[in-house]
Amino acid sequence: MAESARSFTRPAAQPFRQLHRFHGGLKLPGHREITAATPIRQAPMPAQLVLPLQQHIGEPAECLVQPGDTVYRGQPIARQVGDISAGLHAPTSGTVLAIEDRPVAHPSGLQAACIIIETDGEDRGGKTATRVDYHDLPLDELCDRIRAAGIVGLGGAGFPTQVKLGCNARPVKLLIINAVECEPYIACDNRLVQERAAEVIEGVRILQYIVQPTECIIAIEDGMSAAESALRAELARGNDTGISLTRVPEIYPSGGERQLIKVLTGEEVPSQGFPADIGMICQNVGTTAAVYNAVIKQQPLVSRIVTVTGEGVAQPQNIEALIGTPVSQLIAAAGGYNAHVDRLLIGGPMMGYAVANDDIPVTKTMNCILAVTRDEMPAPPPAEPCIRCSKCTDACPADLLPQQLYWYTRSSNLDAAQDYNLFDCIECGCCAYVCPSHIPLVQYYRHAKAEIWTREQQTRASDFARQRHEARLERLERIKQERAARMAKKKQALAGEDDSGASKKAAIQAALDRVKRKKEQSHATTKNTENLTAEQQQLIDAADKRRRESSTQSADD
Amino acid sequence: MLTALLALGVLAALIGLVLGYAAIRFHVDSDPVVEQIDKLLPQTQCGQCTYAGCRPYAEAIAAGEADINQCPPGGEATINALADLLGRDPKPLNPEHGEHSEKTVVIIDEQVCIGCTLCIQACPVDAIVGAAKQMHTVIRDECTGCDLCIPPCPVECIHIVPLQPRIGNWVWPQPGEQDDRQVVHG
Repeated sequence: MAESARSFTRPAAQPFRQLHRFHGGLKLPGHREITAATPIRQAPMPAQLVLPLQQHIGEPAECLVQPGDTVYRGQPIARQVGDISAGLHAPTSGTVLAIEDRPVAHPSGLQAACIIIETDGEDRGGKTATRVDYHDLPLDELCDRIRAAGIVGLGGAGFPTQVKLGCNARPVKLLIINAVECEPYIACDNRLVQERAAEVIEGVRILQYIVQPTECIIAIEDGMSAAESALRAELARGNDTGISLTRVPEIYPSGGERQLIKVLTGEEVPSQGFPADIGMICQNVGTTAAVYNAVIKQQPLVSRIVTVTGEGVAQPQNIEALIGTPVSQLIAAAGGYNAHVDRLLIGGPMMGYAVANDDIPVTKTMNCILAVTRDEMPAPPPAEPCIRCSKCTDACPADLLPQQLYWYTRSSNLDAAQDYNLFDCIECGCCAYVCPSHIPLVQYYRHAKAEIWTREQQTRASDFARQRHEARLERLERIKQERAARMAKKKQALAGEDDSGASKKAAIQAALDRVKRKKEQSHATTKNTENLTAEQQQLIDAADKRRRESSTQSADD
Repeated sequence: MLTALLALGVLAALIGLVLGYAAIRFHVDSDPVVEQIDKLLPQTQCGQCTYAGCRPYAEAIAAGEADINQCPPGGEATINALADLLGRDPKPLNPEHGEHSEKTVVIIDEQVCIGCTLCIQACPVDAIVGAAKQMHTVIRDECTGCDLCIPPCPVECIHIVPLQPRIGNWVWPQPGEQDDRQVVHG
């Protein structure tokens, strides 16, 4: 077990920036060397791509295609809904097979709505964009390109990037580019920086141009020397003085947004606030490269680099895969499973979650697929009672009281847990790692958070039901009153006449007169009545008389 | 002596005036206790408590006419919350009013529906859409699961279905609850 890293020595090559120390944290065995030295490999084109409509924080995207539609690479297939959301693009050309529920990477193992595309292997793109100088583009256009590309935070949280940039809504004093990949095993950002430093730096310049920060820092971890030299070379080539590179010590979780800000500046992001509240923006390097692709190449976010690692796979490596590629294919690309594989985790060993099978797609936020053996990561022993040793409190990088949160969550006293700032917990897993009683503390906090959200949802739903019910009662009352008013009016109208029968009779008489008149008119036009003899005329008159008599008789009936 | 009496009298009159003004100025029309109780009720509007809806039940509780354990959809959580608000002891749900169950919604079998509008008239939250001799359907997100539409239906085409677990409403199980997908801690 690693020691809680209380003290640290400032790295030697840091003559300029005074670094700070966040509370708690751990020194963990890295396991990153397994994949950090091998180049990124392209995943083979899968036969089918499965794209969940929700791959980000916020509202799920709204589907724009129908089954049977042909799509080209980069075509928007789902659009963002509301402000905090992100669209989706077809990662390659093919045909939309279906829009249906499929298993996705989620701890629940539940299914979610996905667009399924059958690839045609041609990888046809839309119109090819002309490369532009981003300095010539208006700010709105730049932000629009980032928004239209569906970029979300690729470090794992998946917060839509355009929202974070705020597109110049507030003055930014510090832009931090986060290359601190602090969680063990994960090396996708490390490889990205080593191989595509130019794209990363160009992306940083674009972000710099958009947010106009007073200062811009690329933060990198101590162990990433190859990545550091690649960045330094690139910065020297571009003669950049506005961007500085800072190495931070290897303490988990220094790659967390709040922890990194604390390390670099000594400032703390307010409880339940955002870095923007203190004039800072933190972006992952992967996101930076995606911004470069979106703005310069006009390519939306359709692929990402995933670390496929652990002793459970034959050839651990970083693989660039299209969004929607099945995890099973990435495992196959990494040489398949070893005989002793025990569990499959999505995400790293500290914050990741176990999934039941590998028939799930790669999403925008999936940075690591970890197949572990039982020796490598034994199943957690059964939890024992808390002995109140307070090791968790010492380790907590958010400076919370994990023990108190644990007690309150166990006793379902969620209000108290919230008072103890449950929602500032970043679920880094440090507390559970150091717990001598092996209590799965993070799972308690995740449960408590979800329970609180559910309650809030229920409150919203019941408020809505109350509104609907009250509106209905109001409507029924209004209808009742209107009906009563109509009845009263009618009654009044009827009561206004002296004899109710007289008007009826008059109406009937008027109708009869009308009929009579019509009949008489029709008689007047009788044909062949000219040049009649006196005898004929007599006969006609008699007939007319009979007819008149019979008609008056029937009218009297 | 007289000065003291006078002073007190004037003070009393002044305070009386201020209080009287405040009573008019800050007058609250409805009973805030009723509002608070109503807020804790689940707003299913099912009438299982024998009152015509959640608000009449809240009014009855406030008036001391009804007990706090008559709401089956709210179950134990609502009883505890009401007990907490009113400073009473929580008690088990009165079985006369029904049993607590997980929230359900109803669906209309559209093949069988004859478009009689009886369910529309029964729905307390206007969650059923349709017109005479036209197909009816339930707006799932607005259905409170009160089941009031089921008895009037002449062709029994309304069915109760449990809410499907979705990623959006899934809750991490509390450790110790049966779950084989344990979170892994390095």
